[in-house]
Amino acid sequence: MSPLDIIRTSLYSLSSNRLRAALALLGIVLGVCSVITLMSIGRGSTDRITELIQGLGSNLLTVIPSGEPLTLADVDALNAPLYTPSIKAVAPQIGTFGTIHVSNNTTQTSITGVTPEFLQVRNLEMATGTFIGSPHVESRAEVVVLGSQVSEDLFGNQDPTNAEVRINGRQFRVVGVLASQTGFGSLDDQALIPITTAYYRLSGQRIPGGNISVDQISVQARDVESVDQAIEEIETVLRLSHRLTDADDFTVFNQQEILDTFEETNQTLVVFLGAVAGISLLVGGIGIMNIMLVSVTERTREIGIRQAMGAKRRDIVAQFVTEAVFLTFGGGIIGVIAGITLATVIDGRFLIGAEWNTRVTNDIPIIALIVSVAVGLFFGIYPAVRAARLNPIEALRYE
Amino acid sequence: MSTTSAKDAPVIQIRDVTKIYEMGDGTIQVRALDGVSLDISDGEYVAIMGASGSGKSTLMNIIGCLDVPTEGTYHIDGQAVESMSNDRLADIRSRKVGFVFQTHNLLPRLTALANVELPMMYGHWPNRRKRAQNALELVNLADRMDHRPTELSGGQQQRVGIARALVKKPSVLLADEPTGNLDTSNTTEILNIISDLNHQNGITVIVVTHERDVAARADRVITLSDGHIISDETRPQATAA
Repeated sequence: MSPLDIIRTSLYSLSSNRLRAALALLGIVLGVCSVITLMSIGRGSTDRITELIQGLGSNLLTVIPSGEPLTLADVDALNAPLYTPSIKAVAPQIGTFGTIHVSNNTTQTSITGVTPEFLQVRNLEMATGTFIGSPHVESRAEVVVLGSQVSEDLFGNQDPTNAEVRINGRQFRVVGVLASQTGFGSLDDQALIPITTAYYRLSGQRIPGGNISVDQISVQARDVESVDQAIEEIETVLRLSHRLTDADDFTVFNQQEILDTFEETNQTLVVFLGAVAGISLLVGGIGIMNIMLVSVTERTREIGIRQAMGAKRRDIVAQFVTEAVFLTFGGGIIGVIAGITLATVIDGRFLIGAEWNTRVTNDIPIIALIVSVAVGLFFGIYPAVRAARLNPIEALRYE
Repeated sequence: MSTTSAKDAPVIQIRDVTKIYEMGDGTIQVRALDGVSLDISDGEYVAIMGASGSGKSTLMNIIGCLDVPTEGTYHIDGQAVESMSNDRLADIRSRKVGFVFQTHNLLPRLTALANVELPMMYGHWPNRRKRAQNALELVNLADRMDHRPTELSGGQQQRVGIARALVKKPSVLLADEPTGNLDTSNTTEILNIISDLNHQNGITVIVVTHERDVAARADRVITLSDGHIISDETRPQATAA
């Protein structure tokens, strides 16, 4: 039998029971569709979160204390360009929690004490007004920059610049509002005040030596390439200023490391999602096998006729395997189209309380199609071999 | 016309063929054929008769290369069949044997033409369409080529079956009760076609039947009983009455 004959014969057989072929196909369609959709969601959410983390700046390093407190003296030491040529900017911060009150509105939010460098290091933009300046820090000024959400909660759509608010009972003047941000570490629901004000006016903590302790120091390296160099410089400077001889009393986090760890975790998730969807493809394959076995029994007489006409075993096997592969390949193609459509439709939409991000890469549909053909081959061979093993005499007598 | 001239090598040569079926885990053995020897020459028209269980179906299956003998030898066109693999048997069937069944055994969703093309598909034949058309013309169905079996009468269906059997110019046309499902007028029509194929086209014909009328058309009548040939009569080459 020529390949063309095999294809024609298989199509002939499939067309003789369209409903059943369609139902068997459906199993594969759903399997492939879910593989494509789930893997696209996996890829999409990886992209999204990577994007968010990178939005913080991949040249961003974070230093947190792990023993002795970090102080503004450490910040000054890191700010010495002679010893730290790879560092572009250093931004310490102190986090507290507070109640902001204005006339009849009150909101509970994070209050972060910062320096002017914070704006640059965290890539922030102002919606209105100005950011906290050096004079504010030096004079422990009672000024506040509101996150967009906080501003909206307290003032609605009005411009709050120069308005007076009370934070934990103290009077502050609003100098500006941050532009709204999306993503990881968004400052929309925060209020920023000078770091000195936070330390002396809001935080009850004091450390010996008259220094100001900070919760963390964000360090911006000159560029992505100088990140490793910057880490070394931070470690050298802090070890010297802390007079360390053995273990470090601080930890430096690299944004890239966080990103790598995250991507690794998420890759596992993508594979897991794909595997779960793959199970439904497997179930579809078993459905195909079931249909093919029924079909072989039903068409015993046809097989007998073909054998009497000179069909060899391999001709019968080829016919039935091709039928199964047609079913799974057809189902695969429909599933790919359905999956890509579904992934495209839900991309960027809020559904069931979550934002969905999908990315359809070329490899996903190709892999899905190859797998569906493989499923057809795998589950089609056993029924086909059974068909080919039929005894022609008995098959011809079959009613 | 005399088409029985090639007597040197018989088309079918059966020697001491025994076929034993084992039933019930081999505890019961049934001798369907018991030491049958038989030669059929090119161009002969042979009827094989016998009651049910006489072994005529078994003999037909062996001649048609659907089955192999338990003992003895069988040559078709000089080729020894008894030791062939399944695929070699399929090959012999596709090239040397044309089957006509009692129930026509056409594939229901294929047209008459496609049904006739079917055996050639398995033998990689060229010009399949043209040959199939010629075969259908030979059985007077030139105007029914695109009809499906269900759109044809019983006699027409059987004529498609005959066209399918003779399209590959087989060494032997093997008809198993070809008129068993037909009324009298269709029976006559089918038997006329088979006779014509034998007389005019020189095709070797073996008809398996239990009907005397059908057997009467043949030049030679072999009768089986209990797996033995009990008579083998060749009638004088009289022209059909």
